[in-house]
Amino acid sequence: MEKPITGTMKAFMTGNEIVAWAALAAQADIMFGYPITPQNEIMHYWTRLAPKYKREFLQTEDEISAGFTVCGAVQAGRKAFTATAGPGNVLMQEPFGMAEAMRLPIVAVIQQRGGPSSGTVVYSQQEVTLTTYGGNGEGHRIVYSTSTHQEIFDYVIKAFNTAWKYRFPTFVMGDGYQAKMREPLEIYDPEERGLAIEPARPLVGLPGSIGVDREPAHLCNIYSLEEELYEVVLELDRAYQEIAPQVVEYEEKMCDDAEIIVLSHGVVSRAADDAVKTLREKGINAGYFRHITLRPFPAQQLRDAIKKSGARKILVAESSYGQLMRLVRQEIYGETVEICGLLKPGVGIVDHDIFDKVKELL
Amino acid sequence: MSAVQPAMPKSWYAPSKPHKFCPGCGHGIVLKALGEAIDELNIQNQTVFGCDIGCSLLSWNFFAVDSTQTHHGRTTPVMVGMKRANPELICVGYMGDGGGYSIGSQHLVNSAIRNEKVTLILVNNTNYAMTGGQLAPTTLPGQKTETTPYGRDVEKQGYPTRGPEMIATITPDGAYVARATVSKFRQMKTFIKRALQNQMEGNGFSFVECLSTCPTNWRTNPQQTWDFLEDQMESYFAVGEIKSPFGKGEK
Ligand SMILES: Cc1ncc(C[n+]2csc(CCOP(=O)(O)OP(=O)(O)O)c2C)c(N)n1
Ligand code: SF4
Ligand SMILES: [Mg+2]
Repeated sequence: MEKPITGTMKAFMTGNEIVAWAALAAQADIMFGYPITPQNEIMHYWTRLAPKYKREFLQTEDEISAGFTVCGAVQAGRKAFTATAGPGNVLMQEPFGMAEAMRLPIVAVIQQRGGPSSGTVVYSQQEVTLTTYGGNGEGHRIVYSTSTHQEIFDYVIKAFNTAWKYRFPTFVMGDGYQAKMREPLEIYDPEERGLAIEPARPLVGLPGSIGVDREPAHLCNIYSLEEELYEVVLELDRAYQEIAPQVVEYEEKMCDDAEIIVLSHGVVSRAADDAVKTLREKGINAGYFRHITLRPFPAQQLRDAIKKSGARKILVAESSYGQLMRLVRQEIYGETVEICGLLKPGVGIVDHDIFDKVKELL
Repeated sequence: MSAVQPAMPKSWYAPSKPHKFCPGCGHGIVLKALGEAIDELNIQNQTVFGCDIGCSLLSWNFFAVDSTQTHHGRTTPVMVGMKRANPELICVGYMGDGGGYSIGSQHLVNSAIRNEKVTLILVNNTNYAMTGGQLAPTTLPGQKTETTPYGRDVEKQGYPTRGPEMIATITPDGAYVARATVSKFRQMKTFIKRALQNQMEGNGFSFVECLSTCPTNWRTNPQQTWDFLEDQMESYFAVGEIKSPFGKGEK
């Protein structure tokens, strides 16, 4: 079978198109999805590309089904994924919870739209709480937040590898802007770059004769005793904490002597980056810190940045009314730095918004 | 303790026996038929058994076949996803009437319409047994449950769901649809076997509803239990093959 991408190719694509190409490059076998803006084109590109490379697609009856079919497919040992947004992300919390409990290596791309409820179909960063800690569990998930189209490609590939290597449900969070905007990037075959592709391993339908070569697999997802579940959750957490240092990612610039650190994730980081550069040009010691993983959270790294800089203030800039800020507060509890917010739920943030806010705060 | 083990289907998982169902429960009879059908078709190693949440859950380690669990009502999409991902597997979903006809009805309806190549076995015991005997879509008119203490009033709660009849209407040719009863074991086993065969041959969606007993929630003694099944349930819910690619169908 011909590879979808050979070598490195220059491309000019929308974020949604990139997701489809990256999933192909990551050797994803099957996508399950239900239409919702702004992720639709992921399905549109996948359904055009997939048959050429013997990959599959099913449009399910709803997002609950899309999530659960992904849960079934990965148990059968196939790389499966879905994509959704907003109210679809709400419905998928049920299957995502199952994936968390059973450590199923599912991959989901979340293209955030405005909320609450049906909100807008445009853009937002209001699915942070839901994607990191949604469901009736403890948030044993891996959540990447991308900020450039190159990263969408890189991190969708990485998400499949992370999911299958560590067996925690893995999410790539974008947003309506990243989904619909077109931008230049390089697409490539990961193996040609020396990036190993994690193999898919089945949990059911295992080789060998039952009772002769092996025992049957009896996968469990509900428990009779409090203590049984307690052990399961503690074991989940132990495994999660063990892999967290290998998974956690962040980006830090100019924090060494920063009076104020601008903190952001996703597409807002572009504005933060520009704003911090301008502030520096004007002689203001601003620093930049970005969460690439929202789960696990780069907490120690942020504490270290605060400590070495001696920053008095943090400005959290986000297109939500404090979802990242709440994570920050809980994760760096005890630090005396003042945490301020530039909080614009469902609305884009540009560099001068941040620039002006920093000037106001200092 | 006697050292002699009763005869069991080969595909049963002996360490989980005796099973956990109440005395007089129909679930065990359905699972015996399924076990024998798996043995006779020699598909133990390819079969994946998925159980719903409900008393069906008590069968999570019932079989010596690869088995999985999910949430209430979601067995259908899990098995559909598995089958789509690896069509070599023989995917069997096992659920109650609440799981299949109520909370998971959108999955059942749409999988049937798409003619998904899975086998679903649905146990109709006219109530939500696991949660203590509430109204189910299949509760008979006038039947008392914990949430219809004065009996099901069809003006308020509507009429019982006739699942196989509905599924037969919405499935294309190639689907297999039947209603069995635990009072006719041999016939039930034949239906279940055909529902598996139909998946193996790749013909289409395969669905068997099994009328079953729940003396615990019905609060019935053995005589009353069997009377309710044979006299009440079997007269409301017609037993037989409704749709079959294997010929005319057994009524
Ligand atoms: C989302 C969700 N809602 C409710 C429940 C509680 N619940 C567990 S089993 C069950 C009903 C089971 O009834 P049925 O499907 O008919 O199976 P039976 O126990 O009768 O065999 C319910 C409502 C649940 N587990 N999950
Ligand atoms: S409660 Fe009813 S359905 Fe459940 S095991 Fe007991 S008899 Fe069977
Ligand atoms: Mg029931």
